[in-house]
Amino acid sequence: MACKVVTITSGKGGVGKTTTTANLGIALASLDKKLVLIDADIGLRNLDIVMGLESRIVYDLVDVIEGRAKLRQAMIRHKQFTNLFLIPAAQSRDKTAVSPADMIQITDELRAEFDFVLIDSPAGIERGFRNAVAPADEVLLVTNPEVSAVRDADRIIGLLEAEKKPTPRLILNRLKSDMVRKGEMMSPEDVVDMLSIKLIGIVPEDDGVVSSSNAGQPIVLNEASKAGAAYKEIARRLTGEDVPFRSGDDGGGLLKRLGRLFGGKS
Amino acid sequence: MQDFLLRLFGRGGAAKGSASLAKERLQFVLIHDRINLPPETMEQMKREILAVIAKYITIDGDSVDIALQNRDRLNLLVAEIPFITAAPPDFTDIDDVDENDDIPRRPAADVKPKSID
Repeated sequence: MACKVVTITSGKGGVGKTTTTANLGIALASLDKKLVLIDADIGLRNLDIVMGLESRIVYDLVDVIEGRAKLRQAMIRHKQFTNLFLIPAAQSRDKTAVSPADMIQITDELRAEFDFVLIDSPAGIERGFRNAVAPADEVLLVTNPEVSAVRDADRIIGLLEAEKKPTPRLILNRLKSDMVRKGEMMSPEDVVDMLSIKLIGIVPEDDGVVSSSNAGQPIVLNEASKAGAAYKEIARRLTGEDVPFRSGDDGGGLLKRLGRLFGGKS
Repeated sequence: MQDFLLRLFGRGGAAKGSASLAKERLQFVLIHDRINLPPETMEQMKREILAVIAKYITIDGDSVDIALQNRDRLNLLVAEIPFITAAPPDFTDIDDVDENDDIPRRPAADVKPKSID
């Protein structure tokens, strides 16, 4: 199977890109995929801490680009999933340290050996975002059912289109179906209607996400968690599997109608 | 605004339906973001559109509406431009008309139309 480079982006900050990247990483590793996660948020390193790998950083992405380390040296191997690696972000403030060409070069080197490369994009639309999407075969757009998140997501769709990047698939994160039922939160259908892109997954709001970040154990490792189950489904869809929408949260009773909002394989 | 408040507060007086308000506001914001023109430039564009049309037909300037719409996932610039026509021909004095005149006339139902020489 050819390597797939997937960038996770959003526009707005705080909607769940890093959580999504970490969880999809573990979920794909559990499906026996070999993969590398790259934290592309120069200056604001956080994929490492969410994954519990913060104490094992020696070299980072910028060290590799500037020739202080080989790619292999910067790759931190996960203890439980030995086919999963992380390349952490640099903590430097110099955003120009990484270019789109650098990102393409690094992912090209990784393609030979891995099934997936997941790139955690920074928030925003400037260089960090452009770096992160440069090598992408697929883009996952994370948003919340909330006005400013959806507005920013729309902007990202426009930018990707303008730069001839692949049309993203949507992850609707932090859905609260009781609020949707009461008419106090936009439904998945509302959001998809406005953004006009296909859904790849809906992740319900789950307090367990905070606890799991605290512990550095992504929530997908918690068998009982609905959010975890949703991430597992998204991972399976990423591999090309046709997974019907069915996870525990029915998004406010829209179960049947949601099936058609989901895109097929990419 | 009254409308929004009514929808928001519904029958029971409890806050209801803020999601539909969010959707309406987002639809407005998204289409304006997508066209990416500042308000002044939008107004300038509308004036120029009307100026071009006015070269060909007489516009009822007070009733013109040019607006952004989102319909079936399409981003649309929609114009409603009522125009004014000249008065229609007068058919009432048909008997007084000379056959050789070229004023158009509506033939009577039981008369065959005259051939034109």
